[in-house]
Parts: sequence; C-alpha cells; structure tokens
Amino acid sequence: MALPGGDSVKAGNEGNKGIRQQEQILKTIEEIKAAIEAAVPGAGVEIINNPSPSAQHSLLLSPATALDVARFLRDDAELAFDLLSNVTGVDWPDKEIAEKIKVKRSVKKLVEGIEQEVDEEVEEVRKRIEPGYLESVYHLYSIAKGRGPLVLRMRTTNRTDKVELPSFTFLWRSAEFQEREIFDLYGIVYTGHPDLRRLLMWEGFKDHPMRKDYVEPDDFEYEPTAHDEVLKRAEAHRQSLPTGQEGAAAV
Amino acid sequence: MDQELKIELGKQGVVVTTIEELYNWGRRSSVWPMNFGLACCAIEMIATTMARYDLARFGAEVFRPSPRQADLMIISGTVTKKMAPQVVRLYNQMGEPRYVIAMGACAISGGPFKQGYNVLKGIDRYIPVDVHIPGCPPRPEALLEAFMLLQKKIDAQSLTGPDRPRHLNADAIGEFPVPEPGAHDLEPSSNQGVWPCPVVIR
Repeated sequence: MALPGGDSVKAGNEGNKGIRQQEQILKTIEEIKAAIEAAVPGAGVEIINNPSPSAQHSLLLSPATALDVARFLRDDAELAFDLLSNVTGVDWPDKEIAEKIKVKRSVKKLVEGIEQEVDEEVEEVRKRIEPGYLESVYHLYSIAKGRGPLVLRMRTTNRTDKVELPSFTFLWRSAEFQEREIFDLYGIVYTGHPDLRRLLMWEGFKDHPMRKDYVEPDDFEYEPTAHDEVLKRAEAHRQSLPTGQEGAAAV
Repeated sequence: MDQELKIELGKQGVVVTTIEELYNWGRRSSVWPMNFGLACCAIEMIATTMARYDLARFGAEVFRPSPRQADLMIISGTVTKKMAPQVVRLYNQMGEPRYVIAMGACAISGGPFKQGYNVLKGIDRYIPVDVHIPGCPPRPEALLEAFMLLQKKIDAQSLTGPDRPRHLNADAIGEFPVPEPGAHDLEPSSNQGVWPCPVVIR
C-alpha cells in the first residue's frame, strides 16, 4: 500500500521535487509491518491483501497485542497516526467449503478376463465448515504526516461466546461511539471500553440486527405493495395465522 | 339553517350563526401545533411556518414547546421503534381536543426505511391519525393542504350525536397504551383498537 504523504521537502528545485517527495515518504504496508515487528516483539501482525484495483491492503492484528501495536502506530514519531476516522464491523458467517479430494481406492476389476485388485484414483467431495467470526475494522490517518488510510482489522474467535476485542477508546476518543454502535449491531464486546451500552437500539433488545443471521420480527401483517422477500414473508405471516383470520391480513 | 336565508339576513345587517359553527370556527382558527420534529420532514414543516408559506395565515403559527398547550401533533419524519413510545406518551399528554397529521412517507408507513430493523411501519399503528400526507418529504404546500383538510374536518364536527369529537364524549378513550420496548420488537407491535389491520383488495 502506498501511503501518499505531505512531508515537505525543503531542498531541491521544482523539477524533481515530486519524485524526491515520493521517495522520502512512500511507506508501504510491508514497511509499516516491519516497523511494528521491530517495536512490539511478538506482535503477530499479518498483511491481508486486497486484490482489487484500489489495492488497499490491511493489517490483521492479534487481539492480545493489538493495544501495544495501536499505541505504537499513534505515538511513533515517523508514523504518527493521530486520527481514527472510522470503525466498522463485519460479520463473517460460518462457511461450508466443498473440496474435491483425490482418493486412492482398491477396486476389483476384470482385467483381461481375470479378476484383479486395481488401485484407482477417485474424486471425492468433502465438506467442512469453516467457523465464522466477527471483525472490527479501523481506518487510521495521520494528520501530521498527511497519510492514510491505514486499515487495521481484528477478529474474534467465533461469533457466539468468544466475541471480546480490546477497545481503542483510550488511544483515540473517536472510537467510543463507533465501538458502542458495533457492540449494538454486531455484538462485539470491547474490553476496556468506558461506557459499553447499546447506542441505536434500546436496553433490553436481545438481537444484533447487522448480523447476517438476524431475523426481523414477524410484523408483515399489512404489506400493500409487497414483492420479492417481503412478499414471501407476508405470505408466511398469513399462513401462520389461525384459520378464519387469513382474510383480515390478505396480501 | 337555510344558507340563502342566512345571506339575505346578512344583507340586512343581521348575523345569524349557531353555537356549533362559532365554536368550531374558533377551534379551527387557532390550532396550535406542537414544537416537535423527527427528521427531514421537520425542515419542510419549519419552512411552512416561515414567511414564504406563512402558516400563520391559518392561525397555527404558535408552535408550543409543551404538549399541554398544543392541539396538533405533526409527526414530521421517521418514527424509529426507539422513539415511538415517546411519541405516544407525548400524544397522551396533550389535552383534548387534539389532532394528528402524519407527514411524509416515513410517518405514514415507514417509507424508504420500512423494512429496516429499527423503523416503525407508520405511527397510525399506535395513535389515531387525522390526515396522512404522502411525499418524501412533502412540500410545504402539501402540509398547508393537509392543514386545510384538518380545518374542514374540525368545521364538520357536530357537537352532539354519536360522531361528536372525542373531547365531548365521556366514554371515548383518552389514553393510548404506550408500547414497551421488548426483546425483539415493540410490544405490542400495534394497537388493534386504533389500527385494525387493513384489508388489501386485489
């Protein structure tokens, strides 16, 4: 990732100023990763490549060392990521992966009139379930250096009970409300957050509406212009009514 | 009373009216809305009160910040499920006679956010609405039109008989149940007494 920058270059004439500027401040994501690993031993940072033309690669932090890494990114004089502009959540549901594996089997076959055991390669489809997780994505900018965004990711262990991630609120105050919103809508629990309450939904609400498996309440009794998914839900609602009442909620 | 006779008497300098007419004229000429906006429709509502559209021509320029002093509630914008109990509670706190204008697509049906997890599918599920205005947002002219429609409705109310307004009917319900925020949705999800589920005819 090339981080365009605004480091001023004092020397040099107008002609090669641009090139020199680029040489000086071009910090790739690999360089940032190397800097992190030098400063935080055992950081466990991975680069996640973005194959699209934007090539906005990101760094995957491990939750155990994430706070140290984030503090380094903020306080390091060279990097100086002083602005956290955006925090968002991503829900990655459990994925079923079907793989074709070649398996050797001994098969009895008639070869030249005689029954023989012959090894044969057979393709077999095996299905396995890759467990899902919740992800929290941070966009960092450096106002001092004019760089950014640097994209950080953190992943929970699973989507059900181990959903804790460290909070960055004490490093960047702008994380406070956005982490509350993610807690509300995705159910990621930010440890160390000073005031982790629901932000948009009410206290006592049990679901996390932005998760992929969220089912909205069955209030499809009156859908005058239903189509597609809504039409299906409205039909299902009508079917669920006790007999004799279907007419009252015609769709 | 015969309209022609009334005009004839008027030419002779005699004004004839009924208590009902006088009473309703007074009521419809001083409908004070509540100072209360929910979303972008509120911007159009504010524009309606300003000099260009001038809601004051209809005697409704006095926006009251307290529900106790207001006669009209303009639901101007999206009603979220989190806001709906407060809207019903404010309506309950208004003194009779009171009226409701549901302004804009969101207030009447949920509008573009209808299938959202946090948006109520129309405020008429909990409180009685007198005038619905479609539009996203409705222009100030539409709000004026709705206001004139409401004035016509007030004018046509007779003070006695079975269709008399609620404030003259001791048996009429004055308080509407405030929905409770539940684990998955508001409970109940609609007030069947106010909103019997409409039948769609195809």
